[in-house]
Amino acid sequence: MQTQTITQKLANPTFFMNLSAKILPWLSSFAAILIIYGLTLGFATPPDYQQGQTVKIMFIHVPAAWLSMMAYGLIAVSSFGLLVFRHPLADVSAKAAAPIGAVFTLIALVTGSLWGKPTWGTYWQWDARMTSVLILFFLYLGLMALRSSIEEESLASKLTAVLALTGIVILPVIKFSVNWWNTLHQPAGVLKGGLDPVFLKPLLFSAVGFSLLFFALHMKGMRNEIIRRRVKARQLKEVDRAARAHGVEA
Amino acid sequence: MIPDMGPHAAFIWMSYAIMTGVLAALIAWLILDGRKQSRLLAALEARSAKRSDK
Repeated sequence: MQTQTITQKLANPTFFMNLSAKILPWLSSFAAILIIYGLTLGFATPPDYQQGQTVKIMFIHVPAAWLSMMAYGLIAVSSFGLLVFRHPLADVSAKAAAPIGAVFTLIALVTGSLWGKPTWGTYWQWDARMTSVLILFFLYLGLMALRSSIEEESLASKLTAVLALTGIVILPVIKFSVNWWNTLHQPAGVLKGGLDPVFLKPLLFSAVGFSLLFFALHMKGMRNEIIRRRVKARQLKEVDRAARAHGVEA
Repeated sequence: MIPDMGPHAAFIWMSYAIMTGVLAALIAWLILDGRKQSRLLAALEARSAKRSDK
């Protein structure tokens, strides 16, 4: 008998449900511990020489901004997996990631705006970075709206996947907007040694913690979606049986 | 002890409060949705088991 690869095993929804049931409590707990530790460290940091205490917003804003892009990357990879490899869980993954990505993008936008007011003197400016992240937020809303507007599941999956792959162009625009254009937003400097270790350590703990939280939420969303599809399949079977019974009686 | 956040404390606390509120709402939605779907599936399975017993 041929042994299955991990990808083949993970393509089996029952295997995924059993595995995720075991992983999820650990992943969530580990994420909570890292976030609490990272944010506690962050609150103990001294004020920044330029930004004062508002630098503390960085410990939630930066992870949220990273995750807003990572979630979209995950949706794009899942969409590719659906359209090219027809992986059974690819669409489940793409569908589950969209609302979570939208939430992290919203957090990045709101916390960025609240950080901008004391730092730049304005809540919002239509500069390239802020505008491109706002477009990303609308893309998430568009993906969810498109999917929910089409009754037929398989058609909805394919059209959403095409839109997701088309929208991926927004990711390099967000990433390089601070280099390509003159923006109010400062250039990325966290991983280029531009951040003092006193701020870097809590930021990294917080970023890893929020990333694990993202994966835990995504896993939970995928589990919900698999159960929802099982419910739908059973309901359709019941309707079919009832129709046949009615036909026989008639 | 609550640290002194200086003159911009409101911006900092509001950022943390919004982040906590939005994430809590997302987590609650995922948990409640999971429970609802599991209940529906259990009910359908029970109905189908009852039918096959007859």
